[in-house]
Amino acid sequence: MIFLWAFLVGGAICVFGQFCFDVLKLTPAHTMTLLVVLGAIVDGIGWYDPLIEFAGAGASVPITSFGNALVHGALQELKSNGWIGIITGIFEVTSAGISAAIIFSFLAALFVKPKG
Amino acid sequence: MANNIKKNLTRVQQEYKELAQSVEPPRPILKNFIRAFIAGGAICLVGQAIQEMFVHWGGFDEKKAGDPTVAVMILLSVILTSMGVYDKFAQWAGAGSAVPVTGFANSMASAAIEHQSEGMVLGVGGKMFKLAGPVIVFGTVAAFAVGIVHLLIKGGGGS
Repeated sequence: MIFLWAFLVGGAICVFGQFCFDVLKLTPAHTMTLLVVLGAIVDGIGWYDPLIEFAGAGASVPITSFGNALVHGALQELKSNGWIGIITGIFEVTSAGISAAIIFSFLAALFVKPKG
Repeated sequence: MANNIKKNLTRVQQEYKELAQSVEPPRPILKNFIRAFIAGGAICLVGQAIQEMFVHWGGFDEKKAGDPTVAVMILLSVILTSMGVYDKFAQWAGAGSAVPVTGFANSMASAAIEHQSEGMVLGVGGKMFKLAGPVIVFGTVAAFAVGIVHLLIKGGGGS
Protein backbone atom coordinates (compact mmCIF):
# COMPACT_ATOMS: atom_id res chain seq x y z
CA MET A 1 0.00 0.00 0.00
CA ILE A 2 2.86 2.34 0.84
CA PHE A 3 4.09 1.85 -2.74
CA LEU A 4 0.83 3.21 -4.15
CA TRP A 5 0.93 6.26 -1.89
CA ALA A 6 4.61 6.82 -2.68
CA PHE A 7 3.74 6.90 -6.36
CA LEU A 8 0.70 9.17 -5.95
CA VAL A 9 2.22 11.67 -3.52
CA GLY A 10 5.59 11.79 -5.30
CA GLY A 11 3.83 12.26 -8.62
CA ALA A 12 1.63 15.00 -7.18
CA ILE A 13 4.63 16.98 -5.90
CA CYS A 14 6.24 16.71 -9.34
CA VAL A 15 3.03 17.93 -10.98
CA PHE A 16 3.19 20.96 -8.70
CA GLY A 17 6.75 21.50 -9.97
CA GLN A 18 5.51 21.22 -13.56
CA PHE A 19 2.75 23.70 -12.69
CA CYS A 20 5.46 26.17 -11.60
CA PHE A 21 7.32 25.59 -14.90
CA ASP A 22 4.39 25.85 -17.29
CA VAL A 23 1.76 28.03 -15.65
CA LEU A 24 3.77 30.32 -13.34
CA LYS A 25 6.65 30.34 -15.88
CA LEU A 26 9.32 29.96 -13.20
CA THR A 27 12.82 28.76 -14.06
CA PRO A 28 13.86 25.33 -12.74
CA ALA A 29 16.13 27.05 -10.18
CA HIS A 30 13.25 29.18 -8.85
CA THR A 31 10.95 26.16 -8.74
CA MET A 32 13.43 24.00 -6.80
CA THR A 33 14.12 26.87 -4.41
CA LEU A 34 10.39 27.38 -3.85
CA LEU A 35 9.87 23.66 -3.17
CA VAL A 36 12.72 23.52 -0.67
CA VAL A 37 11.42 26.56 1.20
CA LEU A 38 7.91 25.07 1.20
CA GLY A 39 9.31 21.81 2.57
CA ALA A 40 11.06 23.73 5.35
CA ILE A 41 7.89 25.64 6.28
CA VAL A 42 5.68 22.54 6.19
CA ASP A 43 8.10 20.78 8.53
CA GLY A 44 8.17 23.88 10.71
CA ILE A 45 4.44 23.44 11.38
CA GLY A 46 5.04 19.73 11.91
CA TRP A 47 3.17 18.34 8.91
CA TYR A 48 6.05 16.79 7.00
CA ASP A 49 6.70 13.85 9.33
CA PRO A 50 3.11 12.60 9.10
CA LEU A 51 3.38 12.89 5.31
CA ILE A 52 6.54 10.74 5.26
CA GLU A 53 4.84 8.24 7.58
CA PHE A 54 1.97 8.08 5.12
CA ALA A 55 3.71 8.21 1.74
CA GLY A 56 7.25 6.95 2.48
CA ALA A 57 9.61 7.72 -0.38
CA GLY A 58 6.84 9.71 -2.08
CA ALA A 59 7.56 12.41 0.49
CA SER A 60 11.24 11.73 1.21
CA VAL A 61 12.55 11.57 -2.37
CA PRO A 62 11.27 14.91 -3.78
CA ILE A 63 13.47 17.94 -3.09
CA THR A 64 10.92 19.25 -0.55
CA SER A 65 12.34 16.68 1.87
CA PHE A 66 15.66 18.55 1.68
CA GLY A 67 14.02 21.57 3.31
CA ASN A 68 12.37 19.23 5.77
CA ALA A 69 15.72 17.64 6.66
CA LEU A 70 17.41 21.03 7.15
CA VAL A 71 14.68 22.09 9.59
CA HIS A 72 14.81 18.70 11.32
CA GLY A 73 18.52 19.05 11.99
CA ALA A 74 18.11 22.60 13.30
CA LEU A 75 15.21 21.71 15.61
CA GLN A 76 16.88 18.56 16.91
CA GLU A 77 20.01 20.43 17.95
CA LEU A 78 17.91 23.30 19.27
CA LYS A 79 16.32 20.81 21.65
CA SER A 80 19.57 19.21 22.77
CA ASN A 81 22.05 22.12 22.69
CA GLY A 82 19.99 25.28 23.04
CA TRP A 83 19.95 28.26 20.67
CA ILE A 84 23.36 27.59 19.08
CA GLY A 85 21.86 24.34 17.76
CA ILE A 86 19.97 26.27 15.08
CA ILE A 87 23.33 27.05 13.46
CA THR A 88 25.22 23.86 14.22
CA GLY A 89 22.37 21.49 13.46
CA ILE A 90 21.09 22.67 10.07
CA PHE A 91 23.26 20.27 8.04
CA GLU A 92 23.16 17.44 10.56
CA VAL A 93 20.54 15.38 8.73
CA THR A 94 21.20 16.43 5.12
CA SER A 95 24.87 15.52 5.30
CA ALA A 96 24.28 12.20 3.51
CA GLY A 97 22.54 13.81 0.54
CA ILE A 98 24.88 16.77 0.08
CA SER A 99 28.09 14.78 0.61
CA ALA A 100 26.97 12.00 -1.73
CA ALA A 101 25.98 14.50 -4.42
CA ILE A 102 29.29 16.39 -4.18
CA ILE A 103 31.49 13.29 -4.08
CA PHE A 104 29.77 11.38 -6.88
CA SER A 105 29.52 14.48 -9.09
CA PHE A 106 33.22 15.20 -8.59
CA LEU A 107 34.15 11.61 -9.46
CA ALA A 108 31.94 11.81 -12.53
CA ALA A 109 33.75 14.98 -13.62
CA LEU A 110 37.09 13.15 -13.22
CA PHE A 111 36.19 10.18 -15.39
CA VAL A 112 33.48 11.29 -17.81
CA LYS A 113 34.07 13.34 -20.94
CA PRO A 114 31.37 15.90 -21.77
CA LYS A 115 29.07 14.96 -24.66
CA GLY A 116 27.69 17.14 -27.43
CA MET B 1 7.32 42.82 -12.99
CA ALA B 2 6.44 41.94 -16.58
CA ASN B 3 4.76 45.33 -16.93
CA ASN B 4 7.87 47.19 -15.80
CA ILE B 5 9.93 45.47 -18.43
CA LYS B 6 7.30 46.25 -21.04
CA LYS B 7 7.36 49.98 -20.27
CA ASN B 8 11.07 50.25 -20.94
CA LEU B 9 10.73 48.88 -24.46
CA THR B 10 10.30 51.04 -27.54
CA ARG B 11 7.08 50.69 -29.54
CA VAL B 12 8.66 48.52 -32.17
CA GLN B 13 10.04 46.21 -29.50
CA GLN B 14 6.63 45.98 -27.91
CA GLU B 15 4.99 45.13 -31.20
CA TYR B 16 7.63 42.49 -31.83
CA LYS B 17 7.07 41.01 -28.39
CA GLU B 18 3.34 40.79 -28.97
CA LEU B 19 3.90 39.19 -32.36
CA ALA B 20 6.34 36.68 -30.88
CA GLN B 21 3.88 35.83 -28.13
CA SER B 22 1.05 35.32 -30.60
CA VAL B 23 2.99 32.80 -32.69
CA GLU B 24 4.59 31.01 -29.75
CA PRO B 25 3.14 27.48 -29.66
CA PRO B 26 1.02 26.95 -26.53
CA ARG B 27 2.66 24.63 -24.02
CA PRO B 28 0.99 21.22 -23.86
CA ILE B 29 0.22 21.69 -20.19
CA LEU B 30 -1.96 18.64 -19.59
CA LYS B 31 0.48 16.32 -21.35
CA ASN B 32 3.38 17.77 -19.34
CA PHE B 33 1.44 17.30 -16.08
CA ILE B 34 0.71 13.66 -16.87
CA ARG B 35 4.33 13.00 -17.82
CA ALA B 36 5.63 14.74 -14.67
CA PHE B 37 3.20 12.72 -12.56
CA ILE B 38 4.18 9.37 -14.06
CA ALA B 39 7.93 10.05 -14.07
CA GLY B 40 8.01 11.59 -10.58
CA GLY B 41 5.81 8.86 -9.18
CA ALA B 42 8.02 6.19 -10.77
CA ILE B 43 11.19 7.69 -9.27
CA CYS B 44 9.56 7.75 -5.83
CA LEU B 45 8.48 4.15 -6.38
CA VAL B 46 12.11 3.19 -7.07
CA GLY B 47 13.10 5.09 -3.92
CA GLN B 48 10.50 3.21 -1.90
CA ALA B 49 11.79 -0.12 -3.27
CA ILE B 50 15.40 0.75 -2.37
CA GLN B 51 14.26 1.84 1.10
CA GLU B 52 12.41 -1.46 1.65
CA MET B 53 15.57 -3.32 0.63
CA PHE B 54 17.61 -1.42 3.21
CA VAL B 55 14.99 -2.13 5.86
CA HIS B 56 14.71 -5.85 5.08
CA TRP B 57 18.29 -6.79 4.29
CA GLY B 58 20.44 -3.86 5.41
CA GLY B 59 19.42 -3.86 9.05
CA PHE B 60 18.29 -0.22 8.99
CA ASP B 61 15.11 0.82 10.75
CA GLU B 62 12.32 2.67 8.92
CA LYS B 63 13.70 6.11 9.92
CA LYS B 64 17.41 5.51 9.33
CA ALA B 65 16.85 3.88 5.94
CA GLY B 66 16.20 7.30 4.40
CA ASP B 67 19.89 8.30 4.35
CA PRO B 68 21.31 5.32 2.44
CA THR B 69 18.30 5.44 0.12
CA VAL B 70 19.01 9.04 -0.81
CA ALA B 71 22.70 8.24 -1.31
CA VAL B 72 21.89 5.31 -3.62
CA MET B 73 19.38 7.39 -5.60
CA ILE B 74 22.02 10.09 -6.03
CA LEU B 75 24.62 7.55 -7.15
CA LEU B 76 22.18 6.09 -9.71
CA SER B 77 21.33 9.58 -10.95
CA VAL B 78 25.01 10.52 -11.36
CA ILE B 79 25.70 7.28 -13.26
CA LEU B 80 22.72 7.86 -15.57
CA THR B 81 23.80 11.47 -16.05
CA SER B 82 27.33 10.36 -16.95
CA MET B 83 25.91 8.04 -19.61
CA GLY B 84 23.77 10.87 -20.96
CA VAL B 85 20.56 8.97 -20.21
CA TYR B 86 19.15 11.20 -17.50
CA ASP B 87 19.07 14.33 -19.64
CA LYS B 88 17.13 12.51 -22.39
CA PHE B 89 14.72 11.23 -19.77
CA ALA B 90 14.45 14.78 -18.37
CA GLN B 91 13.33 16.13 -21.73
CA TRP B 92 10.42 13.73 -21.65
CA ALA B 93 9.63 14.02 -17.94
CA GLY B 94 10.05 17.75 -17.24
CA ALA B 95 9.56 18.45 -13.56
CA GLY B 96 9.01 14.72 -12.95
CA SER B 97 12.77 14.22 -13.20
CA ALA B 98 13.81 17.61 -11.79
CA VAL B 99 11.88 17.65 -8.51
CA PRO B 100 13.13 14.38 -6.93
CA VAL B 101 16.63 14.36 -5.33
CA THR B 102 17.85 12.62 -8.47
CA GLY B 103 17.26 15.89 -10.32
CA PHE B 104 19.31 17.75 -7.72
CA ALA B 105 22.17 15.28 -8.25
CA ASN B 106 21.72 15.47 -12.01
CA SER B 107 22.08 19.26 -11.97
CA MET B 108 25.33 18.98 -10.00
CA ALA B 109 26.84 16.14 -12.01
CA SER B 110 25.98 17.63 -15.40
CA ALA B 111 27.34 21.05 -14.39
CA ALA B 112 30.54 19.44 -13.08
CA ILE B 113 31.05 17.43 -16.28
CA GLU B 114 30.13 20.30 -18.58
CA HIS B 115 32.59 22.78 -17.05
CA GLN B 116 35.57 20.39 -16.91
CA SER B 117 37.33 22.36 -19.63
CA GLU B 118 37.49 25.43 -17.35
CA GLY B 119 39.73 23.54 -14.94
CA MET B 120 39.27 21.47 -11.83
CA VAL B 121 38.96 24.33 -9.33
CA LEU B 122 37.11 27.08 -11.20
CA GLY B 123 35.21 24.79 -13.56
CA VAL B 124 34.25 21.64 -11.68
CA GLY B 125 34.46 23.03 -8.16
CA GLY B 126 32.94 26.40 -8.88
CA LYS B 127 30.19 25.58 -11.37
CA MET B 128 28.95 22.42 -9.69
CA PHE B 129 26.54 24.44 -7.53
CA LYS B 130 25.06 26.53 -10.34
CA LEU B 131 21.56 25.16 -9.71
CA ALA B 132 22.16 23.36 -6.42
CA GLY B 133 23.58 26.53 -4.85
CA PRO B 134 20.33 28.52 -4.68
CA VAL B 135 18.54 25.44 -3.36
CA ILE B 136 21.04 25.02 -0.52
CA VAL B 137 21.20 28.75 0.26
CA PHE B 138 17.45 29.31 0.46
CA GLY B 139 16.87 25.97 2.17
CA THR B 140 19.40 26.91 4.84
CA VAL B 141 17.99 30.40 5.34
CA ALA B 142 14.45 29.02 5.53
CA ALA B 143 15.53 26.37 8.04
CA PHE B 144 17.26 29.06 10.10
CA ALA B 145 14.10 31.18 10.08
CA VAL B 146 11.95 28.22 11.11
CA GLY B 147 14.45 27.44 13.87
CA ILE B 148 14.28 31.02 15.17
CA VAL B 149 10.48 30.93 15.17
CA HIS B 150 10.52 27.70 17.16
CA LEU B 151 13.05 29.19 19.58
CA LEU B 152 10.84 32.25 20.12
CA ILE B 153 7.63 30.28 20.55
CA LYS B 154 8.78 27.27 22.54
CA GLY B 155 12.19 28.34 23.80
CA GLY B 156 15.26 26.16 23.38
CA GLY B 157 15.64 23.15 25.64
CA GLY B 158 18.96 22.06 27.13
CA SER B 159 21.43 24.69 28.29
